[in-house]
This record gives sequence, structure tokens and C-alpha cells, in this order.
Amino acid sequence: MTYQPSALQLQREAAKRRASRRSTLIALSSTLAVGFLLVLVITGAQGYEMVKNSFFNWHYAKQAMPSVFHGLLLNLRVLIIAEFFVLLLGLLIAIARTTTSPVLYPVRLVATIYTDLFRGLPLLLVLLLVGLGIPGLRISWIPNSAVVLGTVALVLTYSAYVAEVIRAGIEGVNPTQRQAARALGLTQSQTLEHVVLPQAFRNVTPPLLNDLVSLQKDSGLISVLGAVDAIRAAGIQTAQSFNFTPYLVAGALFVLLTIPLTRFTDWLTRKQDARQRAQGQW
Amino acid sequence: MSALFEIKNLRKSFGENLVLDDVSIDFPAQSATVIIGASGSGKSTLMRCMNLLEELNDGQINLDGIDISAYGTDIDSVRGQIGSVFQAFNLFPHLTVVDNITLAPRLVHGVKKDVADKNARALLQRFGLADKADEFPNLLSGGQQQRVAIIRAVATNPKLLLLDEVTSALDPVLIAEVLTLISELKREGMTMVIATHEMGFAKKIADSVVFLHKGRVHESGTPDAIFGSPKTQELKDFLSALHQAGRL
Repeated sequence: MTYQPSALQLQREAAKRRASRRSTLIALSSTLAVGFLLVLVITGAQGYEMVKNSFFNWHYAKQAMPSVFHGLLLNLRVLIIAEFFVLLLGLLIAIARTTTSPVLYPVRLVATIYTDLFRGLPLLLVLLLVGLGIPGLRISWIPNSAVVLGTVALVLTYSAYVAEVIRAGIEGVNPTQRQAARALGLTQSQTLEHVVLPQAFRNVTPPLLNDLVSLQKDSGLISVLGAVDAIRAAGIQTAQSFNFTPYLVAGALFVLLTIPLTRFTDWLTRKQDARQRAQGQW
Repeated sequence: MSALFEIKNLRKSFGENLVLDDVSIDFPAQSATVIIGASGSGKSTLMRCMNLLEELNDGQINLDGIDISAYGTDIDSVRGQIGSVFQAFNLFPHLTVVDNITLAPRLVHGVKKDVADKNARALLQRFGLADKADEFPNLLSGGQQQRVAIIRAVATNPKLLLLDEVTSALDPVLIAEVLTLISELKREGMTMVIATHEMGFAKKIADSVVFLHKGRVHESGTPDAIFGSPKTQELKDFLSALHQAGRL
């Protein structure tokens, strides 16, 4: 005999559908109300016309687009290279900080000082120190391009943050996991590679990606060293026209650049939540 | 007169997988009903449906004559009337034993802190845990933790107590102290539903036993009938498997 839903169940499903329709309607009308209010407040402001002309000018936006976009390609290159080295250096520092052997004490000390220093120093300061200080040393084999030095400064600062995130992940892995692996005869480094790190990375993926999103937009700061990235390009345009729209164009492009990664982070977090709920009893 | 708690024609599936099929059970007030069955028979899902942790696909659940499975039921208020304890103790590690017990009375039922504290300490006293009142859970043995979890569940005076495999993670000595506590609650008239593999205990405490097989109530009756003269082959197989494993 095939299953036929009872009248009670059909009734319950109908009630559920009605409630869901009502929720959609409420969400829609509240969104409209808030949007309407916002438009009213902004367009009603005294300086609205002036701001509109100097920040939201379509003519200047179109004009600035090609050079700002060209600058953004530089940001893209910088951040891809920086992300790679940040993850690598961050991982090494995190591993260094979680070692326990007394022989490695100096390594731990250096790693600790490194993270303390570069998490404490403002990024802008690091950029200036590296970007202007290192060329000042006049060492012939060190490149003095603003792009390279800017990338180095980004890597220095962000790998300190990322190292701490990864370290939290490593320490968050249940000690019994490490013991179980050691009991099976795996060496210390095999345990780290095959048991601890996979779980550590899974636990910290959301905060890790959060740092990478932040790095994406901070790649714009290399403009202070003179590299012609999106922000610098916008600045050049603005200096010619005395209109601030190009900055807004650059801002919009940066937002577009980070959205894919933020959405990916959200998706991954949700997936992990679902898995944890499935694992947890009740 | 209907029973305190009733499950009628309950159906639950996860996708294609039908887990509970047309399950109907009555739970009279002050009775202890023991649910037995192999892993995968639907026991845990049934327990989860009872306090609405799972959404039903069909059927009805009544508590005290009120349909708690109706759409739009205030699930929090239903759970406030049903105490639940599970295999993992899930005590809150950042709170002392007393604070674990008083959390729900204070936050959900609006009991004043000093009153809730006094009640909690009285309960602990009665069940021989008075000296643990201000300890943190990690300093307690598994049996003590599970007893605290049960006390936490009854501290809100629920109409019904659900116990799902509460002794599965414990060794025999600790099992005994948990079972003693449950027997005492039964004597005081608590209505309870118990899913367990402890058949000896089931025989002693149960007013009725329900054998779940492939998501259906395969056989049910008094403990004497179920354990003494099983009718269906499936129940006989299940009991003899338990016998071989030394659990009966």
C-alpha cells in the first residue's frame, strides 16, 4: 500500500505554506519601507546636489574607468602573490610557535616576537618603513620597486595575523587526536601533516578567509608608495578634474573584487555549521 | 480519558529513507515506558520527535490533551514541559553543578535565584550529590555528571521525562547509581520514556515495553509478556542476540 498523507498532515502543510507566504510579504514590505526612508533622508539633505555632483558623476566615472581598472589589475597581481606567501609564512610561523622541543626554543622565541611586532605595528607604518627604508639602505640586489616592497610589507603584516589564526586552529584540535596518531606509530611531523593540520584548517577556514578578504582591500594601500594601483589611478584622475567620482569607482571595483571571496566564506561557514549540527547529539 | 502523552500514526522519513512508519504509542501518567530495538530501528529518531527536535512528516503528538505537533506550536514552551536527557551528558562546562541545574528554572520559568538555588540543593541532597553542588562538571565522574544532567532535567518539574540511552557511555558501577536515581524518580510518580539497552533494568522499571523494528511498533506489552513470551520471530531474535552478548 502506498503512503497517502493524512488530512491532518495536509492541513499542517497548508498552514506552513500560508505562514511562509506571510513571512515573505512582511520581509518585502519592511525592506521597501526602510529603503523609502533612506532615499527620503538622503535626497532631502541640504548638500545632496553638491555631493551628487562631486562623488556620483557619471561622466567622470566613465572617463576614469579604464585607468582605474588598469590599476586594479595591479592590485589583483599583488594580492594573489601576497596571499600565497601570507599562507606559507603564516603556516610556518604557526608551526614554529606550537613546537614543544627545548632545542627549538629560539625558533619559538623568534616566531613570538615576529607575531607580536607585526600585529602591533600599523600596516601603514610597515609600508612606509619597508617601502622607503629598504631602498635607503642602497643594497644593490634588493629591488626598490614600490610594487615589490609594498607586497613584502603586506606579507609581513598579514602573515602575523594568519599565523595566529592557524595556531588557534592547531591548538583547537583535541589532544586525544594527536595521542591517537602517535599511538599508531606516526612520527611527530606525520601526525602534524596527516592528522592535526587537516583538522586545524577545517576549523579556522572562516577566520582565515576573513583575513584574506581584508588583505584584498588593503592591497590598495601600496598606493602610498607610489605604485599606480586602482586607488592611485583614481587619485591621478581626481587631481585632473577636481571631481571625486574616480575614488568611488575604485571603491566599487574593490567591493566587486572581495564579494566572491566573502560569499565563498559564508557558504563554507554554513556548510561547516550544518556538519557540526549533524554530528552533535541534539 | 486520554493518556498524558500520545503518539498517533507518527511518520518520519529522511528523504527516501522511511525511519518511522505509522507509530502509535500511549504513555499514561506516572508510567514508565521502555523502548527497545536494535540500532537503526528508529529509537533515537522517535525520542527526537517527542520533543520536536525533528519535524514530523505525518501524524500527531499530544501532551496533556494538547496537539504539540500542530503548526505554529510554541516549541520552546513545549520543551519547557518535557525534560530530556541523552547519552552525552552535555553539562555546561563553564557553570557549577548548581548553576547548571538552576539555569533553566531561572531563565525559562522565571524562578528567583535564591529559590532556584534552594531547590537545586535540595534535589542534590536527596540524590546524594550535595557535596558536589559547587564543583564544576569536569571534576565529576561520568555517573555523577549523568545524575546531575537528570536532576537538571527534572528541576523544572516537567510533565514528562525522556531518557535516551542515558547509561550507554558509562561503566557498570556508574550505571547502577544512575539507574537508582531513575527508579527513585519513578517512585515519585514521574512519567517517563526510556530508550535503553539495559534489559535487566527495563524489566524492573517498565510498566510497558515497546519493541521497535524497522520503524514500526513490532510488539508491545508488559515486561513479563515481552521478555517472558515474545510472540514474533524478530523480537525472539533480538532478545537472543542480547542474551548472547550477555546483556540479558
